[in-house]
Amino acid sequence: MFTAYIKRIILFSGIVLSSLAVSAEETETAVATTTEEAHTEAPKADEKFNPTPMILHHIADSHEWDILEMAHIGLPCILYSAESGITTFQYEDGKEVNGYTCEHGGIVREDHAGFIDFSITKNVATMLLAAFILIVVFTSVTKAYTTNKGKAPKGLQSLIEPMVVFIRDDVAKPGIGPKYEKYLPYIMTIFFFILVLNLLGLIPVFPGGANVTGNIAFTLVMAFVAMLVINFSGNKGYWKHILLPQPYFLWPIMFPVELLGIFTKPIALMIRLFANMVAGHIIVLSLICLIFVFGNAGKSVGGSIAGSAIAIPFTLFISCIEVLVAFIQAFIFSMLTSVFIGMAVEEHGHGEEAHH
Amino acid sequence: MNTLLVVLLSEEANPFSLITPNPGLAIWALIIFVALIFILGKFAFKPIASALKEREMHIEESLTQAEKARAEMAALVSKNEELLNQAKEERNQILHDARIVAEKMKNDIIEKAKSEADKKVGDAIREIEIQKKAAIVEVKNSVGALAIEIAEKIVRKELKNDTDHKAFVDALVKESNLN
Repeated sequence: MFTAYIKRIILFSGIVLSSLAVSAEETETAVATTTEEAHTEAPKADEKFNPTPMILHHIADSHEWDILEMAHIGLPCILYSAESGITTFQYEDGKEVNGYTCEHGGIVREDHAGFIDFSITKNVATMLLAAFILIVVFTSVTKAYTTNKGKAPKGLQSLIEPMVVFIRDDVAKPGIGPKYEKYLPYIMTIFFFILVLNLLGLIPVFPGGANVTGNIAFTLVMAFVAMLVINFSGNKGYWKHILLPQPYFLWPIMFPVELLGIFTKPIALMIRLFANMVAGHIIVLSLICLIFVFGNAGKSVGGSIAGSAIAIPFTLFISCIEVLVAFIQAFIFSMLTSVFIGMAVEEHGHGEEAHH
Repeated sequence: MNTLLVVLLSEEANPFSLITPNPGLAIWALIIFVALIFILGKFAFKPIASALKEREMHIEESLTQAEKARAEMAALVSKNEELLNQAKEERNQILHDARIVAEKMKNDIIEKAKSEADKKVGDAIREIEIQKKAAIVEVKNSVGALAIEIAEKIVRKELKNDTDHKAFVDALVKESNLN
């Protein structure tokens, strides 16, 4: 847990600094230079095992889905740029289509012009898989409620029902308050979608392994939707609290703080989920990399054995914790979203000043 | 710290940066997530929530009904007990009364029997007295007659005037009877 906190702090400071210092064009040029460097330094990399690119490759999104490093499934690419319009093709390493080049699971444009990547990447495919799993599971459970009406739950229904009841009674009801029923489908979807994606991310082999909940774009969307829901359900009291904070002589200080509060809540949601999932994946991958570091990239068998002896129990331990974290993070995201909605829809009395 | 930042920001192995959101992925995530909210909300969570609510209401209703039935049962039991107690009391009262009546009856019978016996004994005694007196009279008479007979026999030999003697003996007998 302590190491997870350190990772989180490092990532957080990294995000803050990056948002201050780096613009999109700068990163693109950086990409070009670093990839060129990677090419020239390729023979040198054989000498010593470098875990960083390997770890980053595994936690990042990709256009290829690896099955045990032997077979790669090329996923469909949908690319848009102002010059060449929409281009679609199936990904294959080294392929060149319409000015785009497939490289190391990613795509670069030869003229380094900007383009938007709407491809069905590994993460998108995993999201579709998770959505499919959820729809299949929940339609069958819903059917069970009509065929098995008024009776005790059976089978899959009895696995899902405690979670549904938990989200309803211990997350939505205390968080949102009396108007919880309107938001219940949203809170439930958050919980089950994040949970399934988290658990799929923990599976190291083919249908899983995509680090979706540890992807900033995904958590950004989740937080963005939460922000919209929170602010659109905000009542008069909520907006009055933001626009006209109570002691009027403090308005110049309080108003910017309250206004910022609209954005800090979803941003905290975004970073919390992202950092927790990324930290978990990095720890697992780092422990696995120990085998290769000790084994000197396959040159020392004894070192590999020693590395395995250390790495395997630790990976097992961290993986168990990650299963717990998968549930906890799904719970926390839905819990905090419902609490924020609850704060927005709460009928404000005089006592609400005490919260701040 | 600096090297780590470089690692986080550089795209050595992959052009997807760890902390730069990819707009394409974000749009896909938005589409999938919003679609999922509507699909699952409409076809799963709302029916499930209403089914759960219905079942909970049904359970609650059943429980209150059971509670009511139990209360009714308890009332019935207490009523029965009350009736039983009342019956017991009544029985005791009846028994008590009967005992008193029986006692009285017994006393009456004994009394009556006693008085009857007393009466019978008295009658018997009186009868005996009468019989005794009659017997005595008879005995006296027969004794007198016998005595007269004997005396006549004796006196005949000595006396000729029979009538004078008989009067004299009767007088004597009467005298003795008075005593």
